[in-house]
Amino acid sequence: MSQTITIDPVTRLEGHGKITIHLNGQGEVEDAQFHVTQVRGFEKFSEGRPFYEMPSLMARICGICPVSHLIASAKACEAIMSVRIPHTAAQLRRMLNLAQMVQSHALSFFHLSSPDLLLGMDSDPAHRHIFGVAAARPDLGLAGIGLRRFGQHIIELLGDKRIHPGWVVPGGVTEPLAPSKRDEILAMLPEAYANVQLALTAYKQIADRFQQEISVFANFPSNYLGLINDDESIEFTDGTLRLIDPKGEIIEDGITANRFTEAIGEAVEPFSYTKFVYYKPLGYPQGSYRVGPLARLNIVKSIGTPLAEKEFAEYKQLSSGPIESSFFYHHARLVEALYGIEKIEEILTDPLILDKHVRATAGVNRLEGAGQIEAPRGTLSHHYKVDENGKMTWANLVVATGHNNNAMNKGVLQAARSYVKDGKFTEGALNRVEAVIRTFDPCLSCSTHAFGQMPLVLSLVSPDGEIVDQVVR
Amino acid sequence: MSKLKLATVWLDGCSGCHMSFLDMDERLLELAEFVDVVYSPIVDTKVFPDEVDIALVEGAVASVDDEIKIKKIRAHSKMVVAMGDCAVAGNVPSMRNPFGPEAILERAYIENATLQQQIPCVVVPKLLKVVRPIHEFVKVDVFLPGCPPSAETFHTALTALVTGGPLDISALTRFGA
Ligand code: SF4
Repeated sequence: MSQTITIDPVTRLEGHGKITIHLNGQGEVEDAQFHVTQVRGFEKFSEGRPFYEMPSLMARICGICPVSHLIASAKACEAIMSVRIPHTAAQLRRMLNLAQMVQSHALSFFHLSSPDLLLGMDSDPAHRHIFGVAAARPDLGLAGIGLRRFGQHIIELLGDKRIHPGWVVPGGVTEPLAPSKRDEILAMLPEAYANVQLALTAYKQIADRFQQEISVFANFPSNYLGLINDDESIEFTDGTLRLIDPKGEIIEDGITANRFTEAIGEAVEPFSYTKFVYYKPLGYPQGSYRVGPLARLNIVKSIGTPLAEKEFAEYKQLSSGPIESSFFYHHARLVEALYGIEKIEEILTDPLILDKHVRATAGVNRLEGAGQIEAPRGTLSHHYKVDENGKMTWANLVVATGHNNNAMNKGVLQAARSYVKDGKFTEGALNRVEAVIRTFDPCLSCSTHAFGQMPLVLSLVSPDGEIVDQVVR
Repeated sequence: MSKLKLATVWLDGCSGCHMSFLDMDERLLELAEFVDVVYSPIVDTKVFPDEVDIALVEGAVASVDDEIKIKKIRAHSKMVVAMGDCAVAGNVPSMRNPFGPEAILERAYIENATLQQQIPCVVVPKLLKVVRPIHEFVKVDVFLPGCPPSAETFHTALTALVTGGPLDISALTRFGA
C-alpha cells in the first residue's frame, strides 16, 4: 500500500508551506514535494495604480524583507523615469539594504535554525524554539535578539519605521541622514561585531556534529546565480548578475535588469503556488540553479571588507570548487552578516553621507522598467509596464524562493530518502526534512506574494485514497 | 500563577505583524516569563492546541484554508486579537477584490509564466471569491490596527492582557501606516 507523509505546516519558516513524502508499497520514498500554499496577486492588483506608489505597496509583499522589495521596486520606477539617483541616496539605500540583510540573517540563524543547531535535531519539539535557546544558552539567545535589533534599529533610524518604512521612493529617499543618527549607528557597531563573532564561534564549534546532515541536505552539484561587482566582489544592491555552472565556470555574466527576462524563465508545477525559475538557454529543469548566501559566496572572488574576507577565506577551505551542501547556507549567512556590519561602518565614513541632495525627480520617460537586487535570501527582480500617465498596466516579480524552488524540492527528496526507511521515521527525522528547507531560508510570503498553514498530520493513504492511519504531532 | 497560553497565527498577511511582534526584542524574554508561546510560526507545534488564552491573528481571510483556520482558532481561544490592518480591515490582501481570484491566477500562472502554464491545484488551497477581515467570520475581542502595529503597541497591549490591566492603545495606533 502506498503512503503519503504530510508535514504541515513546515514550521520555523518565513511563511507557510507543506511537505508531502510519497512512499511506495515497500515503504521506500518515491517522491517528495514542497508545496507553497497561497497566492495574493500583487502582479495583478497593482494595475491601474500610479507607478510611484509601487515601492510602499510592493513592500507589503513581505514583512521580513520589505526593504528588498522597496529598493527593487524603486529601481524599476527609476528605469521608467530614466533617472540616476544622487550618490548619497544610493549610499543610504545600500546601508538600508545591508541593515536588512543583517537582521534577516540573524532571524534565520538564531530565531529559526539555531534551535536545531544548538539544541539538536532530535531535541524535544516543545522547547525547540528561540525561547528554548535563550534558556539553554542565554548568551546566544541575547546575541540573536541583539543582532536582529541592530539591523531593525538602523532601518528605523533611516526610515522612521522598522517595517514598511516609507522612506525609499522612486528617485532616491525622502530625508537625508541626520548627524545624530549617524553617531547613534556608529555607537551600535561594537555590540553588533561581538554578537556576530559569537555566532560564528558557536557555529564552528557545532558544525562538525552535523556530518550526516551535511551529506544529505540538498547536497548536489547545481548552477548558482547572484549579483557581482566588476571587480568580482560581493554585491547586494547594484552590479550585474552572474550565473556559474557546477564547476564554477561562468555560464553567463553581466545580466542587467533590462536583460533579465531574456535570460530567466518561470515554469509552473501543479503542486505549488511558487513558480520554478530557470535559465532559459538551458531549459527547465536543467537550467535550475540556487541563489542566496551559498550561491553568492560560490560566485564571488572576494568580499572586500577585512574581517569578512578572512572568514570567507576560511569558509572556502570547505571545498576546492563551489560548496554544494545547502547546510552551508548557515555558515555563508554568518560570513555575509559580518560583511554587512563592516560595510555599514565603511559607508558611514563616506564624506558625502550627510549630503542633503538625496532625491532626483522626473516623470514617465519610458513605458517599461525593471530593477534587480540581492534580497537576503537571493536575487529579486521587479518588472513593470505603465501608460503615458504613469498608471501601472502590468507587473512581474521574480523572487529568491522561486529561483531556489527546484533545489528545495530536490533537497527535500534527498533528505527524505535518507531519513525515512522502510516506511518508518521519527519526529527528529521529519524535523530534519524540514530543516533542509530552513537552510534556504525561503520567504514564502514573498514567493507567492503569500502563504497558508495547517496542522502536521502523517496520513497513511490506501491506493483508493482512503486514510488508513493518522498520526498528529 | 500558571503561565498564559499564547498563540500567533498567519493568515493572508505579509508576516510584517509577526516581525513587529519580534521587534519587542529583549522584552520578548520578559514576556516569556508570563506566557508560553504554544503555537506560532516560530515554534514547532503543528496542531492548534485545544485551549489557548490569547490568539494573535495576522492577515485577512483569503482562502478556504484561512476560513477553516479562523473558525478553529475562535473555537479554541478565550481571546482573539486582530493583529494589524489586514486582520482588522482587509488592507492589502483585499486589494485583489475588484479583480477577483481568476484574474490574479491568470496573471501569475498563465500570462507571467514561460513554461507549463497552468493554475496550481494539487494540495494548494482554493482562493475565496472575496478577501475579508477576520471579524466578518468570527467575534474579535481586541483590534490592534497598524501596518504593522508597532512593537510598542504590542508591548502595551500584551502587558495589559497578561496582567488584566486596562487596555488603552489609542495613543499608539497608526491606522494605515
Ligand atoms: S497589516 Fe501590514 S504588516 Fe501586517 S500583515 Fe498586513 S501588510 Fe503586513
